[in-house]
Amino acid sequence: MIQLTHNAIDSDQLVEAARNPQAGAVVLFLGTTREFTAGRQTTALEYEAYQAMARRELARLEAAARERWSLVYCAIVHRLGHVPLTETSVAIVVSAAHRSEAFAAGSWLIDSLKESVPIWKREQWADGSSAWIHPQPEVVPGGTSSPREVKPATPVRQVPASIQRSDHLKQ
Amino acid sequence: MKTFVALFAVARELVGTETIEVELPEVATVADLRVALATTTPALAEVARRAAIAVDTEYASDTTVIKQDSKLAIIPPVSGG
Repeated sequence: MIQLTHNAIDSDQLVEAARNPQAGAVVLFLGTTREFTAGRQTTALEYEAYQAMARRELARLEAAARERWSLVYCAIVHRLGHVPLTETSVAIVVSAAHRSEAFAAGSWLIDSLKESVPIWKREQWADGSSAWIHPQPEVVPGGTSSPREVKPATPVRQVPASIQRSDHLKQ
Repeated sequence: MKTFVALFAVARELVGTETIEVELPEVATVADLRVALATTTPALAEVARRAAIAVDTEYASDTTVIKQDSKLAIIPPVSGG
C-alpha cells in the first residue's frame, strides 16, 4: 500500500493493518522532523512531490521489496506540505513471518525511497530563512543521475551532513 | 515542436513558474532538452546540466526520445524521507 497525504500520518492504524496470523514480526519506521542538523535549528520541514511519478516509484519499491522478501504486509506513506517538529513525514510498515525479513525490507525501503522517489524537503530554519535540500548527486557522464541504477544490494551512499544543506544550485 | 517541462523544488523557484515551454527539434532526445533549457532559460542552466530528467514519469537517459505529448519534468536531487 502506498500513499501520499497532506494530513498527519496515523502510524497506529498502519501497524494494526500489518498484524496477521502469518506474521511473527511487524517493523515500523517513522521519519520525523528533527530540530537540529549540524548545529542549525529547524522549526519545520515542507515537502513537495512530483506526485504522479512519486506514486509510481513508491509502487515500484513496494513491488521490488515484495519480490525480494516474503512480506505479509507492506505500506509506505509520505506526508506532503508542512511537517512540524517531532511529527511524521514518512511511515514504512512491513510484516513478515520472521524479524530478519521485516527489518531488512523496512531498512531497504527507506534507503531506496531517499535515493529515487521524487519528493523534496525544504528546511524552515529558526533564523527565518529556508532552503530546499538537494543532496549532491554523483556525477555521471552525460548528466544523468543515478537513482534508477541503485540495485537492492547496493550499500547506502552516506552523504555528509555538511553537504546535505547544500544550496549550490541557488544563484 | 512545442513541449512543456514541469519544475519542482529549487528548479521551480529559480524560474518562478511550475511549468516552462521549450521548443525542441521535431526529432529530439533528453540531451537536446538539456541544451534547449540552458539556452532559453539561463537560470536553469546549472540545474538542467546536473538534474535528472523524467519522461512520462520515468527517469530518462540522455538518449531517451521525446515526443510532442511526452510529460517532461526536471528532477533535482531528491530529499524525501
